[in-house]
Amino acid sequence: MPVSIKMPALSPTMEEGTLARWLVKVGDTVASGDILAEIETDKATMEFEAVDEGTVLSIDVAEGSEGVKVGTVIATIASEDEDATPAPAPAAKAEAAPAPKVEAAPAPAAPAAPVAAAAPAPRGDRVIATPLAKRIAADKGLDLAAIHGTGPNGRIVKADVSDAKPAAAAPAAAPVAAASAPAAAPASIPDFGIPYEATKLNNVRKTIARRLTEAKQTIPHIYLTVDIRLDALLKLRAELNKALEVQGVKLSVNDLIIKALAKALLIVPKCNVSFAGDELRSYARADISVAVAAPSGLITPIIVDAGNKSVSAIATEMKALANKAREGKLQPHEYQGGTASLSNLGMFGIKQFDAVINPPQAMILAVGAGEQRPYVIDGALAVATVMSATGSFDHRAIDGADGAELMSALKTLIENPLGLLA
Amino acid sequence: MADQYDVIVLGSGPGGYVAAIRCAQLGLKTAIVERENLGGICLNWGCIPTKALLRSAEVYHQMKHAAAYGLAADNIRADIDAVVKRSRGVAKQLNQGIGHLMKKNKITVHMGTGTLKSATTLEVAGDKGTETLTAKHIVVATGARARDLPFAKADGERIWTYRHAMTPKEMPSKLLVIGSGAIGIEFASFYNDMGADVTVVEMLDRVVPVEDADVSAFLEKAIKKQGMTVLTGAGVESIDVSATGVKAKIKAKDGKVTEGDYSHVIVAVGIVPNTENIGLEALGVKAERGIIAIDGYGRTNVKGVWAIGDVTPGPWLAHKASHEGVIAAEAIAAELGNKDVHPHPMDRANIPGCTYCHPQIASVGLTEAKAKEAGYELKVGTFPFIGNGKAIALGESEGFVKTVFDAKTGELLGAHMIGAEVTEMIQGFVVGKTLETTEAELMHTVFPHPTISESMHESVLAAYGRALHI
Repeated sequence: MPVSIKMPALSPTMEEGTLARWLVKVGDTVASGDILAEIETDKATMEFEAVDEGTVLSIDVAEGSEGVKVGTVIATIASEDEDATPAPAPAAKAEAAPAPKVEAAPAPAAPAAPVAAAAPAPRGDRVIATPLAKRIAADKGLDLAAIHGTGPNGRIVKADVSDAKPAAAAPAAAPVAAASAPAAAPASIPDFGIPYEATKLNNVRKTIARRLTEAKQTIPHIYLTVDIRLDALLKLRAELNKALEVQGVKLSVNDLIIKALAKALLIVPKCNVSFAGDELRSYARADISVAVAAPSGLITPIIVDAGNKSVSAIATEMKALANKAREGKLQPHEYQGGTASLSNLGMFGIKQFDAVINPPQAMILAVGAGEQRPYVIDGALAVATVMSATGSFDHRAIDGADGAELMSALKTLIENPLGLLA
Repeated sequence: MADQYDVIVLGSGPGGYVAAIRCAQLGLKTAIVERENLGGICLNWGCIPTKALLRSAEVYHQMKHAAAYGLAADNIRADIDAVVKRSRGVAKQLNQGIGHLMKKNKITVHMGTGTLKSATTLEVAGDKGTETLTAKHIVVATGARARDLPFAKADGERIWTYRHAMTPKEMPSKLLVIGSGAIGIEFASFYNDMGADVTVVEMLDRVVPVEDADVSAFLEKAIKKQGMTVLTGAGVESIDVSATGVKAKIKAKDGKVTEGDYSHVIVAVGIVPNTENIGLEALGVKAERGIIAIDGYGRTNVKGVWAIGDVTPGPWLAHKASHEGVIAAEAIAAELGNKDVHPHPMDRANIPGCTYCHPQIASVGLTEAKAKEAGYELKVGTFPFIGNGKAIALGESEGFVKTVFDAKTGELLGAHMIGAEVTEMIQGFVVGKTLETTEAELMHTVFPHPTISESMHESVLAAYGRALHI
């Protein structure tokens, strides 16, 4: 019996994904644990491993197919003991011609047919629209992919496109609708004749667009900025790093700020919350989502319970997570969740900035560069290393005074850093 | 008290019985109430029996023209009683068919006159007394009847409605038809073919006034050639009935009043919805001049009360009623929790109309004039049957196909046909319109040869200056 390989659910919430890359081809022999394909979800690219041994009989969903529903048959594998596929004969290697590859597919006539029938054409890129709707959309410069079809089986009909307006007119539409729309992006931009290259959005970029639009449109942000003196923290860090050298651990300023933010949230629990419509969720633990710039786009791996972890543990964990993030290999549980976020652009010399809240969280801390500034110490002008940190708070859930209290606690913790070790 | 039924349909015409079947298919407990004949007017007194009559007229017409086909036939005569008998036989067969369909779908039939007592209660007065039925939803499908002329009340003797005209006791010798809509013109055609001297009076400036002006002009020419008298822009002032016939005063377009003698008069000046005395007023169901206001799914303003077919805004056509019946049934099922039905509201622009006069007329969508009025920039194509091989072979080269496109988008806005078999061909354009075709798909469609339908293709090509056979 050939085994149908179905689109896996790589996270509890995953409904569909992009089949980014096949690592096997028809006729290949696979062993349990071999990587069959790379599958891109809305957050990350994950490797999909074979469970059974066998020979790849067919590949039913092409590389690059988007929106492949979980459960869709993407390939079939004949188990090893039945030689359903005589195709990849050992001798084929010697001939090395590309031809056998082609032959391999049609060979097992009987099992192949039902597979082909069972695999519903992945909707992927195919937009279902009537001829008239397509023509009107083309005339108006509308992107059909952004239009919701109201015809039979969701087909886009004339009525769906004739009232749609291209480009800038769209934002007037109800913000709720915009938030629920997949990308919430304007349907199209007029062409001003400037040479450009269009790149199709990957799922990560689409998710960023959707969530940030949702955040800015639905969350009333309030921003609170403090200047924090870093001299004590830098001194402590240097001493700790010297002490930790034998363990191979190197603390960054950011690792210490993660710890400080988590502790501050535990001290001011009113800021460690989520606004959930008709209820407020107050978290018993501070899990810090740390913004990492990955090639595919921003992603926020989480340091779980950072308030109760040692700074060396945080440093070690953060290093591993950041590497995974850059390789697009984060597992969903490693980036889904978190009770507050931290974004640090200090390494680029940014003095101060306001970050966008990462829903359903209710606060994010934006950290600027630590720099030597003229600073008044004990009534006299001196030079100190100072950084500006700005908290963005969901004002529906957090009052200004509570936010201010958190910023003040953070300042105290960083300026008296021994408290971070206790 | 639990409701007896999920749905009761009041009226078993093509709207009502189809609604009932669709309800039953969707697993709803369904009853239908009918005061007279299952199948309603359509198949007992309308569409179907008239088609039977017109078929006889057509065969008779062909027999009279046998020589044109190289055939000889003598002593040709029509037996009007036998023609009517055949028509009644056809109606009866279909009426029984509806009975079987109800049984097969486990729909309970209550014979009697129904009155709504509330949005969920219906009282049925039948031969065996009165019974009270309850349901979660009630669908009003009571249809319509012929509109009267105040000065020419139908008596069944000299003055006829469609119903009398369908079962004539005698052949009229000189017939006056008032109204040239579908019903009037079909009977005019029938009796003209059967040998009567027919005059058609139309108040508006052209016959079949809802059709495209080109179709009206073509028909007027054709029926005049067949021997009919056509008076457009004219009104009947008075009718005097005597034992021997009818005297009618007709005011012509120029204002001149002439008096004419006729053996019979058919009044076909439109219809009136049957919405009185069935309890709708007391329930507060919104209606305007008897026509019940509905949303795209058949909902009235009263929750649980639905309306379909001729009691709702036009066109007053059986297939429109049936389709509304299906939509309403699905919307009701959805309201009752069925998640698998996805009703779509009726698109009135895609309801075809067929008139079985000789030559036949079929159309869908906007006429050229209406399209212009709506502000479209147009591309219009016309192809005459004389350029179609099959039509010539059949000896039916009288007719044309006209298509109207939006020049900007290529949307097929309307199609208008007159000639042989056009009533069987219009669905091609209806399918196209429903799928929102543009000229490109129609041009790319391979039409079978030899068929009259090739004229449809040519008409589309003609609209873009690409017709091949002309």
